[in-house]
Amino acid sequence: MSALTPIYWLLGAYFARIAWRAWHGAAPRPRTRTAFYATLSVLFAFGDWMPAQLAGALVLLVAAIAGFGLPESTSSQSAQAADRGRSQLLWPILLIPALTVALTLLIPKLALSWLSGANVAVVALVVACGTALPLALAITRERAMHAIDAGGDLFEAIGWAAMLPLLLAVLGSVFAAAGVGDALATLLGAWLPLDVRWVAVIAYGLGMALLTMLMGNAFAAFPVIAGGIGLPFLVNVHGADPAPLAAIGMLSGYCGTLLTPMAANFNLVPVALLDLKDRYAVIRAQVPTALPLLAGNLILIGVLCFR
Amino acid sequence: MLTLALLPLAVVVLGFAARQHPARVVLLAMLTAGLVALPSVSAFLELVGTQFLKARYLLVLMFALPVIAILERHGLRALAAQLVRGWKGVRTGRLLLAYLALRQGSAALGLTSLGGHAQMVRPLVAPMAEAADGDKHGEPPSTGAQSLSGPAAQAPVVRIGTRLSAYERRSSPPLTQGGNNSQSLLGENLTQLARNGSDRNSSEEVRALAAATDNVGLFFGEDLFLAFGAVLLMQAFFAERGIELTPLSIALWGIPTAILAFVIHGARLLWRDRRR
Repeated sequence: MSALTPIYWLLGAYFARIAWRAWHGAAPRPRTRTAFYATLSVLFAFGDWMPAQLAGALVLLVAAIAGFGLPESTSSQSAQAADRGRSQLLWPILLIPALTVALTLLIPKLALSWLSGANVAVVALVVACGTALPLALAITRERAMHAIDAGGDLFEAIGWAAMLPLLLAVLGSVFAAAGVGDALATLLGAWLPLDVRWVAVIAYGLGMALLTMLMGNAFAAFPVIAGGIGLPFLVNVHGADPAPLAAIGMLSGYCGTLLTPMAANFNLVPVALLDLKDRYAVIRAQVPTALPLLAGNLILIGVLCFR
Repeated sequence: MLTLALLPLAVVVLGFAARQHPARVVLLAMLTAGLVALPSVSAFLELVGTQFLKARYLLVLMFALPVIAILERHGLRALAAQLVRGWKGVRTGRLLLAYLALRQGSAALGLTSLGGHAQMVRPLVAPMAEAADGDKHGEPPSTGAQSLSGPAAQAPVVRIGTRLSAYERRSSPPLTQGGNNSQSLLGENLTQLARNGSDRNSSEEVRALAAATDNVGLFFGEDLFLAFGAVLLMQAFFAERGIELTPLSIALWGIPTAILAFVIHGARLLWRDRRR
């Protein structure tokens, strides 16, 4: 049991509540939506106690419902107040980031044995939200259950897009296990004259961006491209300085992140959150920044790695 | 074997080029990769299950939703828009430039939670940027806030319907036309940029730009932070292969790109102010 287990119980209960409301509500496709959220509820609350194979089968079920049965993301903005609220409404929304930051700085100082590393930020955010909720309830004079159900409606409005980052994290691991990235790096190495320095520079920078676009994650692309092109050719053959090579290579990958629907939590979730009609609206808004920046990165690699 | 391992990548490319539902693309790519390379069904399911359970923390943003939803129902976004109208000379580009500086600067200090699409962009940044855009057009003060709720509140059911039919139309042509599809996507994009007339398009564009600004600030800020995962990942990668790099040197070499990102995206934002 990790420090996050109680948080997953809460999320499981939250999904159970959404499933219950989907079953009893008037919105279309109640059974599909109930099945989706009930399966998620079981995965989140009891995932640690079931055989991993069963969890895997349930994940495939969730993905199948998301892809074939679940309604498209709905409008998430129908219940907006037309009037402007009182200015106190700003306090809870500003408290969340402020308290999260304060706690991420404070918790490591306590040197708790059960809470460290990446879990700190997660726990900090949960505690901050848990503190902001009573404050928001006091300001708006609403009941807690009403707020929780309003949040549930918002989650349903985001719909499958909210689940996609988790499915993509799984896909990245399956790709890694299947050696997909390595195959691509081998192919590039076999076809391109990487003993020419500028070819190697372009293959490295574009390769980072391209593989990141395909895998949705620059972290997954880095070992493949740096191991396939960066180290054997740029460092060992051409004598590139590894520190700028690593840093700018990773940032070339980030240019790819700006361009791909596979980076769902950055590029697709905001489409649902902001109720945009075009699924690729955020990516389109990022293209004119990402492409010149990628070109600039290639030049920077060529200049800074070979001083 | 080499070409077989590339099959899942082909599924991803063709799936998105044919504008298939992202969840379907992911599911199909996952099954292809499992089929091509994993020893047994049981090993495949075990990997999928284990990795999903590890990734559950990604949904922690759910805890912020009740707070945001309840505040929005009491007029938070109209409030944010109203605040902006009180500021003299405010424009969308300048406002987003200030947010870019804030987001990138705080991410460089490791404070990545001072932002985000659910916590900041949806409730505050997007309505503010829209309000700044509306005032530029000399519209009455209330329009900006209502354009947030207006089109959505009118007829969500009809909108879902149109979206689905557009969807089926797009996914019907055979996969070989994927290239054409992506070209028409680019064409649409250009015409949309050129047109830029209707307020509704403009409001969509402003919201998308607000989300894009958050992403650019985060991505090209966080890499300057010494203890950030990517920096440590790069250091570990080279250390395993006998090359010792300090986190400081990796973070410092990120600075030129960070500046370039700020200049390029910032120039786009300011250019937008001039153009309109």
